[in-house]
Amino acid sequence: MTAAPDLEAIVLAPLVGIGRRFLFLAAALLAVVLVGAGAYALQLAEGLRVTGMADTQNKQMYGIYIINFVFFIGISHAGTLISAILRVTKAEWRLPITRMAEFITVVALTVGGLMPIIDLGRPDRLLNLLMYGRWNSPILWDFFSITTYLFGSLIYLFIPLIPDLALCRDRLAGRVSPPKRAFYEIFSVRWRGTPLQWRRLATALTVMMVVIIPVAVSVHTVVSWIFAMTLRVGWNTAVFGAYFVAGAIFSGTATLILVMAILRRTFRLHAVIADRQFTNLGLLLAGLSGIMLYFNLSELVTVGYKLEEGEGFFLDSILVGAFAPWFWAYILGLASPAILMLVPKTRSFWGVIVAAVVVDVAMWIERYIIVVATLRVPQMPYTDLANYLPSAVELAITAGAFALFALLIAAFTKIVPIVSVWELRHGAPASRAAPEAMPAAAAVQA
Amino acid sequence: MREAPAGPEGRTEGGAPPIARRDLFRRAASAAAVAALVGAGGSSASGVEAGSRVRRWAMVIDLRRCDGCAGLGVPPQCSQYCNWGRFVPEGQQWLEVFQRELVADGPVAGAGYLPAPCMHCQNAPCVNVCPVGATFHAPEGTVLIDQSRCIGCRLCMAACPYDRRFFNWGEPVQPAQVRETAYNVVTQTPALRGTVMKCDFCTDRAAAGGLPYCVEACPRGAYWFGDLETDVATNGEEVVALSKLLEENEAFRFKEELGTRPRVYYINGHGEEAPRATAHESAFLKDRLEWPWREIAEATA
Repeated sequence: MTAAPDLEAIVLAPLVGIGRRFLFLAAALLAVVLVGAGAYALQLAEGLRVTGMADTQNKQMYGIYIINFVFFIGISHAGTLISAILRVTKAEWRLPITRMAEFITVVALTVGGLMPIIDLGRPDRLLNLLMYGRWNSPILWDFFSITTYLFGSLIYLFIPLIPDLALCRDRLAGRVSPPKRAFYEIFSVRWRGTPLQWRRLATALTVMMVVIIPVAVSVHTVVSWIFAMTLRVGWNTAVFGAYFVAGAIFSGTATLILVMAILRRTFRLHAVIADRQFTNLGLLLAGLSGIMLYFNLSELVTVGYKLEEGEGFFLDSILVGAFAPWFWAYILGLASPAILMLVPKTRSFWGVIVAAVVVDVAMWIERYIIVVATLRVPQMPYTDLANYLPSAVELAITAGAFALFALLIAAFTKIVPIVSVWELRHGAPASRAAPEAMPAAAAVQA
Repeated sequence: MREAPAGPEGRTEGGAPPIARRDLFRRAASAAAVAALVGAGGSSASGVEAGSRVRRWAMVIDLRRCDGCAGLGVPPQCSQYCNWGRFVPEGQQWLEVFQRELVADGPVAGAGYLPAPCMHCQNAPCVNVCPVGATFHAPEGTVLIDQSRCIGCRLCMAACPYDRRFFNWGEPVQPAQVRETAYNVVTQTPALRGTVMKCDFCTDRAAAGGLPYCVEACPRGAYWFGDLETDVATNGEEVVALSKLLEENEAFRFKEELGTRPRVYYINGHGEEAPRATAHESAFLKDRLEWPWREIAEATA
């Protein structure tokens, strides 16, 4: 199937026309997003008292919004791993999935970045961060780190898009609506495919792929530092930065697998994305699962050996107490990719899909434990503290956030090619002097 | 050392009614004279004067004298007066009295009481993490909150190792005369929705020659308020050298090992110096604390 026109036809097909099924799906997602927006409007009117968070009955000053925040920012690391780390290491099998990974990054950062704003008591004063921002505060580190990563990822998404947008401009003229044509015209930035343009593209990509890695690492490090800069049991640990970065790549990879599977099925991309991409990502998951288990073990053992008062309470609650079902589900979820990939029978497409679903759920649970179980550790001699249960408003906003994530991905598939056509055709830019010199579709197999 | 609680009101008998609200204001007025020492020097509202020394407010809580007001059959009066005097929004306890086991699994069952105001840490975790400088160290060493700047991120609450910060999750209910005043950062009035509040050490009262509400309210004289700079402290009855009070009684600070360096000191004890005549029938009535703002708002509406 290496013939270039076939590849083009497959990848460009979703961009022409919108089917009934897509409209139905988009409408359903939009409805959920609107329900979430309505819930947020209610929260704006009534204040955060409509949430399950409190500081008198319990000491739960953070809840599901911050859980979602960490979860989505974690997912955003999909792009970095696939399109930066694998690009640097010249793993050619990544070529069909870089675009999707980068888009997950941008969408996850957008949705995740909304979460702490939704969590604010005074969102009307958000600009105080710029007017009175203190560099001493981890929140400010996050604010600038995440916005830097978002803009960096947008650039990193856009640069490799240019030749493909030019392709859309040339091939889809007359087959798409005028605004869409204008979009391709403007954003293909007069790409003609001259040798000079190719050279500049390669240089820009090389710079971005190196720059984006430390930015991405910084993002989830400072997200963890929001917690680790406090004196709280379960948060006050040096392992948090590395633990969060590893967890982010873990859940990011799992999410990428799921998005790939859905898009491959929806747009019949089997000729472009083979099972090999899935099993390779599955092996990555398995490796990361070992790293995550190691981090958990070293944290638990080092505090569990000494059993300081608060640590003892925390370990008791997660190992055998109220949070034990969550914790052990999480640990099982962590281990599952390693188990599934070790067994030859499950080292398959469906084995990888199961692992990815389990990992995403497990990583959400991990953030639940990090936020909720730690805040249950009493810092003062309380006699009783109530449980945190998210309210209907919090659940609606959460559902809206997940729907927004899916909706933005869906919208993206209708606007730009979800697979990088020119990279597939010509191989990685770093390994190429001029596109003509490259064997066609070097990376496409199956 | 005093034997009986301050004041002639006779609250010591079991079953006596809680101190009436109007009492608060009477005591406030009479205590002003006693506390003039603390306020002497005529410090300005901010406590800072060019060329003069700056106050370093501190508090000492003598746990030997604190029985959580259980022996008096009333809710902890420090908390109650704080609530009334500072218009503390419903449910919040800027000053909370905790009942604590002296030894977690000790051979003798015994409870002590631990009144906990904001510790006004000199290395305050809350101030360190605030993204907008809404919570800050005042020149006199207290930690204050500018609710007109606070964005409600609540990281300060997560960072406080003493859980001494409270959030206005909804629209706070306060009397109309409080709600209608211009915002004041020292008294934290009026309370603003979506912002964080806490004990402010009543420095407006200290500057005017008075004492914090908790100090005045304590029927046992367990609270001392003073100035590290001029080395003086008073519990409203006696005036002592603050350094001597700390040194002779081996005062400590709560969770000293965290390095937060609080301005609130404790003298260890478990209420042994509070009259214990009715100790066996006495009950810790923290759950009877009141926040009358809703009733007042309804009555005046």
